[in-house]
Amino acid sequence: MKTSADQSEHLRERVAEAFAKATPLHIRGSGSKDFLGETVHADTLDVTGHTGVVNYEPGELVMTARAGTPLAEIETVLDEAHQMLAFEPPHFGENATLGGTIASGLSGPARPFTGAARDFVLGCRIVNGQGQILRFGGEVMKNVAGYDLSRLMAGSYGTLGVLLDVSLKVLPVPRTQVTQVFEHTAAQALEQISDWQLKPWPITGAYWEDGKTYLRLAGATSSVESACEKLGGDALDDDRAFWHAVREHQRPFFTTTDRPLWRVSLPPAAPMLDIDGDCVIDWGGAQRWLQSDMDAVALRRIVKEAGGHASVYRGDALPRFHPIGESIMALQKRLKKSMDPAGILNPGRIYPEL
Amino acid sequence: MADTASADAAEQVLASRPDKAQLIEKLVAKLPEHVILHAEEDLRPFECDGLSAYRVLPMIVVLPETIEQVQIAMQVCYANDVAVVARGAGTGLSGGALPMENGVLLSLAKFKQILDIDTANRRATVQPGVRNLAISEAVSHLGLYYAPDPSSQIACSIGGNVAENSGGVHCLKYGLTTHNIVELEIVTVEGERMTIGSEALDTPGYDLLALMTGSEGLLGVIVQVVVKLLPKPERAQVVLAAFDDVRKAGEAVAAIIQAGIIPAGLEMLDNPAIVATEEFVHADYPTEAAAILLCEVDGTHAEVDEHIADVREVVEREGATEVRVSRDDAERAIFWAGRKAAFPAMGRISPDYYCMDGTIPRKALADVLIGIGELSEKYGQRVANVFHAGDGNLHPLILYDANIEGELERTEEFGGAICELCLEHGGTITGEHGVGVEKIDQMCVQFPPDELTQFHAVKQAFDSKGLLNPGKAVPTLHRCAEFGAMHVHNGELPFPELERL
Ligand SMILES: Cc1cc2nc3c(=O)[nH]c(=O)nc-3n(C[C@H](O)[C@H](O)[C@H](O)COP(=O)(O)OP(=O)(O)OC[C@H]3O[C@@H](n4cnc5c(N)ncnc54)[C@H](O)[C@@H]3O)c2cc1C
Repeated sequence: MKTSADQSEHLRERVAEAFAKATPLHIRGSGSKDFLGETVHADTLDVTGHTGVVNYEPGELVMTARAGTPLAEIETVLDEAHQMLAFEPPHFGENATLGGTIASGLSGPARPFTGAARDFVLGCRIVNGQGQILRFGGEVMKNVAGYDLSRLMAGSYGTLGVLLDVSLKVLPVPRTQVTQVFEHTAAQALEQISDWQLKPWPITGAYWEDGKTYLRLAGATSSVESACEKLGGDALDDDRAFWHAVREHQRPFFTTTDRPLWRVSLPPAAPMLDIDGDCVIDWGGAQRWLQSDMDAVALRRIVKEAGGHASVYRGDALPRFHPIGESIMALQKRLKKSMDPAGILNPGRIYPEL
Repeated sequence: MADTASADAAEQVLASRPDKAQLIEKLVAKLPEHVILHAEEDLRPFECDGLSAYRVLPMIVVLPETIEQVQIAMQVCYANDVAVVARGAGTGLSGGALPMENGVLLSLAKFKQILDIDTANRRATVQPGVRNLAISEAVSHLGLYYAPDPSSQIACSIGGNVAENSGGVHCLKYGLTTHNIVELEIVTVEGERMTIGSEALDTPGYDLLALMTGSEGLLGVIVQVVVKLLPKPERAQVVLAAFDDVRKAGEAVAAIIQAGIIPAGLEMLDNPAIVATEEFVHADYPTEAAAILLCEVDGTHAEVDEHIADVREVVEREGATEVRVSRDDAERAIFWAGRKAAFPAMGRISPDYYCMDGTIPRKALADVLIGIGELSEKYGQRVANVFHAGDGNLHPLILYDANIEGELERTEEFGGAICELCLEHGGTITGEHGVGVEKIDQMCVQFPPDELTQFHAVKQAFDSKGLLNPGKAVPTLHRCAEFGAMHVHNGELPFPELERL
């Protein structure tokens, strides 16, 4: 069911009112990402009624849609024109919205190869913390007029503005896709994936789990075939379902225990870390999922030494996102204040200070 | 509506009269003497960037050699409320590095080292003054390269590229600077060193890396950059397609993209550009054509074959009068030679040229090119177009002669009209060259007051005294009101709520 309703004015009024009274708002789409970050204790500003694709011209490789539009609907519309969101966003729930997807800035297995959510943001319309509707960026491929506030919105969890519409660059669906499987230890996988990436092959996914590396190739038929020939490995049946399960955390690794789950973000070639627990590797090494009972401070120290950071996906460690340095935090607080002077937009969602 | 504190601060800084001798003394007390230039003949080389119509002699130039020296220079300037303009190689085309007669020009020219090449993570750590092309040259033996390739790449610095979010011919497929860097070291206006981004693919908190990129030296001084490296494609090949009508060429661009092909580069030259470059470099371009497209595809051998066949089919269907495909790398280089020499070629047929940078939706290409032709007749000035067609990023080159009284002013007005034409077609005034001083008035047309006020508030978060590159990139509302008073757009006065000065 496709719906379309412009609630910009209603949303603006709600924020303006909250600004006047200095009462915080909890901005919420479907709630599929409620488990990320910290809970916001405030009146809910529901954006799910603000829906619809505003502009989509496949020849321009641009889609603009309202923030409450279900991600699934957007993907269906794109698919009909053989196009896609190349950052392969996880949904983490049936009704995930576009706004929540961009606000949380999450990207799927293709991320290291095709880019992150922020890389595809071309422009947006937001309500800032003073209840003003502002437009940044646009619907063109290149735009350096003014600071890049639209990319800044990706991953800011609604703490800088309520997203109204987002314009995204979209890409054609590759003509062919295959996945080859290899027997590797984790260390072998990391080394091999790093080597493969020195070749001009159309790699769009590199995942390791339980002794096996899964390498996805997608692009022109001829180049996928020639890369496969050089790579060897065994072809994986029904690889679309496999990558879907990886993206949505539906592999048994994610679903069969209740131990704390960490997302560890690292330089891709960082060696396996000395942390007790079970691990799977995505993003060719740059994103590792870890089930571990290790103390959060100790775990984060190890991750930081390896050049990365760790956030909590499941478990009670606080803060849920990796703590950041003092002067960077001071700068981020000032930035938050510049967009949301009364501190009413999702306060505390990322860190108590923001 | 009140202007923000940051804009007010910037106006004060612009009008300030610091004591030059005193400032030199304070700098010399903490920095080696040879990094501080203040004699007129030493300052002269810094008086302009690539937008040479604007020239100002800086009060003082500081040429630091270490990050600590950058920090000290910033600390001294901060303590004394002196403005700082950062400068890379000075190839910018919007006057972003234009000095201030009452400010310090901070040149990063001595930061020329490639500090680390990390093959396992495919990255290079470089100093900001490293030339764009030098990165690709340094990693070429590893089969790697740095993708963004501005036409100025033999000269422009990576620090300047980050500050402008520069693009290039290959950005259609591989992205802009913002897509190809992972970490920055910056020195803040207070002189503090800070890391922005990280060696992982994301960083907790806000994406300051995105915000710093393209901020034109207004938010911090970039002192180190970690760039991504990509494997060189196995092969690249170019299709040269000629058209007898600009409209058909514009439509062919949209058709190629619509066919599901993302070429590595897709450039267009119109007839005046073809003729001028042909006389200059003899690339054997068809000089009778109304426009040519250069469409490069790259990848594995098989992939290139597949896509070249597709592109040929599309351009033929769109009415190309002639289609050539490069047979080898030597011929590919010849096809590109004209494109690469296009700017200098203009210098041969006209004493001066003014390069515009609007970006529009691809579907508007033909209409906007025709509109520019009409404006050219109206203003009585010649224009050549050579540009990144695949991205919809136009580069109309307005030919003029600065020695003719009033011609520069008329050229700027013509340029402003082109910017507005791009805005009318849903575009932007600048795709990659930045606003600088050049397009500052057109920012008033592109952005309403609330957006401009938000930009100033963001600036304030980084630079509360407004000392970094004041007067550039984001106009004050007062400036917009003045501009609006002179320039009534579509019969509507912008900023009606502001008093006219
Ligand atoms: C012939 C020619 C062709 C060009 N082609 C292209 C093209 O294809 N694509 C494109 O995008 N551009 C192009 N340009 C424009 C220009 O080369 C780019 O904008 C380039 O990135 C500027 O780099 P620079 O080192 O010369 O910077 P500068 O001109 O020195 O400075 C540019 C801006 O960056 C700031 N800055 C510089 N270094 C730093 C630093 N370390 N920290 C903070 N701020 C800094 C300056 O204050 C200024 O605002 C071209 C220019 C010429 C002359």
